[in-house]
Parts: sequence; C-alpha cells; structure tokens
Amino acid sequence: MIKLLSKEKWQGTLYSFVIVIIFWQAAAMIVNLPIVPSPGFVFLNIMEIFSSKIQIHVLYSLLRIMEGIAISILIGVPLGFLMGYFNKVDRLLSPLIYFTYPVPKIALLPVVMLLFGLGEASKLIMIILIIVFQIIITSRDAVKAIPDETFRSLKSLGATKVQMFTEIIFPASLSEVLTATRLALGTAVSILFFTETFGTEYGMGYFIMDSWMRVNYLDMYAGIVVLSFMGFCIFTLIDIAENYFCSWR
Amino acid sequence: MIAIKDLSVKYRGKEEEILALDKFSINICKGDIYTFIGPSGCGKSTLLHVLSGIMKDYSGSVSIDGQAINPKTQRIGLILQNYGLLPWKNVYQNTMLGVKIKNGNELSDDYSKYILKNLAIDNLLDRYPKELSGGQQQRVAIARAFAMKPDLLLMDEPFSALDAITREEMQELFLNIWKHNSVTTVFITHSVDEALYLGRKIVVLSASPGRVLEVLDNPCFNLDNLRFRDEYYSMSMKLRKIVSKG
Ligand SMILES: Nc1ncnc2c1ncn2[C@@H]1O[C@H](COP(=O)(O)OP(=O)(O)OP(=O)(O)O)[C@@H](O)[C@H]1O
Ligand SMILES: [Mg+2]
Repeated sequence: MIKLLSKEKWQGTLYSFVIVIIFWQAAAMIVNLPIVPSPGFVFLNIMEIFSSKIQIHVLYSLLRIMEGIAISILIGVPLGFLMGYFNKVDRLLSPLIYFTYPVPKIALLPVVMLLFGLGEASKLIMIILIIVFQIIITSRDAVKAIPDETFRSLKSLGATKVQMFTEIIFPASLSEVLTATRLALGTAVSILFFTETFGTEYGMGYFIMDSWMRVNYLDMYAGIVVLSFMGFCIFTLIDIAENYFCSWR
Repeated sequence: MIAIKDLSVKYRGKEEEILALDKFSINICKGDIYTFIGPSGCGKSTLLHVLSGIMKDYSGSVSIDGQAINPKTQRIGLILQNYGLLPWKNVYQNTMLGVKIKNGNELSDDYSKYILKNLAIDNLLDRYPKELSGGQQQRVAIARAFAMKPDLLLMDEPFSALDAITREEMQELFLNIWKHNSVTTVFITHSVDEALYLGRKIVVLSASPGRVLEVLDNPCFNLDNLRFRDEYYSMSMKLRKIVSKG
C-alpha cells in the first residue's frame, strides 16, 4: 500500500506546531498587551465563533483559491506542455513569458481593478496572474527535461501525438507541476488576503481586517490562525496528491 | 522482406559529424532470424533505430515488404539495449504498452499471461522499473515485445543482462515462440555462441562505420545438443576469425 503521509511528516508537523505555540505563548507573556493574546484564548475563541462567524469567510477564501489554482493549471499545464514539446511554440511564446514573468504582478492590481472592477473577477485574475507563470515555466522545463530515449519505445509502436502526451509527457512532469503549484500557493494566499481587503464582505482577508478595525484582537488572531491552517491544508493536500500519483519515483 | 540499400547514418556531434553507418546494404528475408554480430560502436543499435522508425534522418533506402518504414501501420516489436521501460508504469502496464497502443486496451489475454509466466515476471506485476534488477527489467522489455505479437521483431542484445542459466532459458523460450509464428527477427548480439544458437543467418559487421563483412548461412541452427557438436565448434572458429579480421 502507498503511504500517503509518512509517520515522520506527521511528527514533524506536530513538532513545529508545538514550537510555534511555545514561542507565541512566550511572546504573549513578555509583551503582556491585548495586541498579543495568548494562544489558549485564541483557540478557545476559534471554537466559539467558528461556525457562527468564520465559516462563511473560510468558504469564500477556499473557493477563490481553489478556482485560482484550477484555472491556472488548466491554462498553464497545456501551454507549458505545448511549449516544451513543440519548439516552434516555445520560440513564439518564450520571449513573452520571460518578459512578463519578472513583473511583480501585484503592481498590476490597479490595472486589473480598473479593467475588471472590484468584484470576484479581479480577485481571481490576480491569483491566476501570480500562479500561472510558474506553472507554465515548470511544465515547459519538465517536458524539455524528458530524455529523447524515453520516447523511443512509443515511437517504435507508432503512437500518436496524443498518446505521447498521455503516456509520457503528462506522467513524467506531473510531479514537477504539483511541486510548482505547492510553492506558488504561499504567494497566492498572500495575494488572496490582499485582494479580500476591498470590494467584498466575505473572505478571510475581510474578516481579519474587519476585526482589526473593530479592535477585536481575539477575532483577528482567530482569523490569522484559520487562514494559516487553510493554507497548510491545501499545501498538505497537494503533497498527498503528489505522493499518490508519483509513487513510482 | 526488409531491403536496406546504401543506408548511411550520421550523428551530429558537438564539433564533427560521426558516421555511424556507411553505405550499409542487406536484404533480410521474411520469417527468418538474423543474428548481427560486430564490434562495439559499429552501429548495430543505430541500425535498429532506423528499422524501428525511431530515427528518420538517414540517407539511402529502407523498405519493409516494399513499403517505407512506418510504425503506425507496421507491427514492430522492439527491445532496446537500455530496455526502454517507462518508469511511471508498473511491470504489467509496461508489458502491455505495445498491446495498448496497437489494440487500444491493455487487457491481458492467455498469450500475454503465458509470456509473463514464462519470463518469470508474473509475480512482479505491481512493481515499478526502479524496483527491479537489470535482468528483470530486461525481461519486462522482452515481454512487451512478445506480447504485442509483432510482424517484425528487433532485439538489441536482449539477453545481455541475464545470468548464464536464465539466458539459456530465455534463448530456448525465444526459439519456442519463434517456431510457432516465425516472425522476421533481427537479433543483435555480442556473443558468438548466441549468434550461432539463435541465427538462421549470421551477419558479421565491420568496425565503425559499420558495413556488412559477411552473411553466413548457419548450419548449426536448430540442432539438438548444439553446443557439444563438431559443427558448432568449426562454425564458432570460422565466425571468430571473420569478426577479428574485420
Ligand atoms: N546520440 C549520438 N550522438 C553522437 N554519436 C552517437 C550517438 N549515438 C551513437 N553514436 C555513435 O555512433 C556509433 C554507433 O553507435 P551504436 O550505438 O549504433 O553502436 P553499437 O554497435 O550498438 O555499439 P554497442 O555494441 O556498444 O551497443 C558509435 O561510434 C557511437 O559513438
Ligand atoms: Mg548498441
């Protein structure tokens, strides 16, 4: 049977969690101000208000992030594969990608907002803008890294181009694509937070900023913890998917 | 029949071009086994790459039954020197790859079960290539080529990674399968013994760039207890002489 999460990983997670809590508790005791409440109160608060106040915001944020990832993969992976497999496509698109990749996408936020308004579309587009380039470039490089020899058996069998993609290119680069997604996730969550501070009344970003405005630090921390935990869950989910699909490695 | 005429293949190295095959010509009769023997680097693998449609950049003419090489219409079973297994497919999926591409499904029939059993890999079906020994990987590659029931079988030193006993078993198995459906076979080997045991015709190649030195009819083919006979001994001497002169 394939082990999805090894014992060491669970232990590592638990260990880091304990360390963070200890530092947090220490900080709370040293600072001794309402701006740094002790973790115990925050967790109690989460239990109290989660279903009544936080849940809906988690759902909104989760939906946005998932949509963002899904659309980025749907655009990025096929594009990256085509660029990796067909040199002509690569020559055509690479300069464009290279030119736009280093542009800090967050700087495009005003433009995106002007064009697409303050609503959902802008938020989604920002997340996609951040993740999709990484996925395109990773998929392309993963395909390019497949040695020529790998294609030989299939060529001698007279496989079609589609079969080359399904039998070789997709499985060979899946692991890299998932890793890139996992790494891009961190940035995506920050962007999500940022875009949720305006033009909406739902989402963890809104909840955290709103609690802050209302000087409700316990709620604010509850939001931060829940948002972090959400990020961690998606991160782990992708990790599990990678272990499952790439157990041949 | 496979007709090869004036086949030349060049590799583009970093600085110079490497001539791997130089005006290589031979006719290979339908339903026969040809063993090819020649020094390392003389272009044997290159020849198989051309015949299997992997390599299209060559000069000269190559045809199979009067048709240009086309893996889409021809059923070519190829065993590559480095096995050519896909690391993300387990033994079963790798074995059935040829069947899957050619027939559209990877369901095993009695024949593929028979092949898997006789190659003694039927107990490894769920393993991935990296979890196999060299000899086991080689047997999976052999199984893949056999299971698809090819019209043309191209084998690049297919038994090289096997121990002496297993190798003889595999040679036996190969001959058994071949006797049932006499598929045209190009069999590359380093071993004089193997060339004599398996080849109805033996082709001796020169050192690089490869040319045909001699095509011999093999009187030893299909003799019982071959390795203890005088014919074997004299043919063996004769072959060794040609190989070392080349
Ligand atoms: N990709 C390549 N690029 C450049 N040169 C190559 C390449 N592949 C093979 N060669 C050269 O072409 C010649 C023929 O190679 P080939 O692999 O066909 O030899 P071979 O007869 O199969 O040798 P062996 O018995 O060692 O397997 C050799 O001189 C080799 O160095
Ligand atoms: Mg070779």
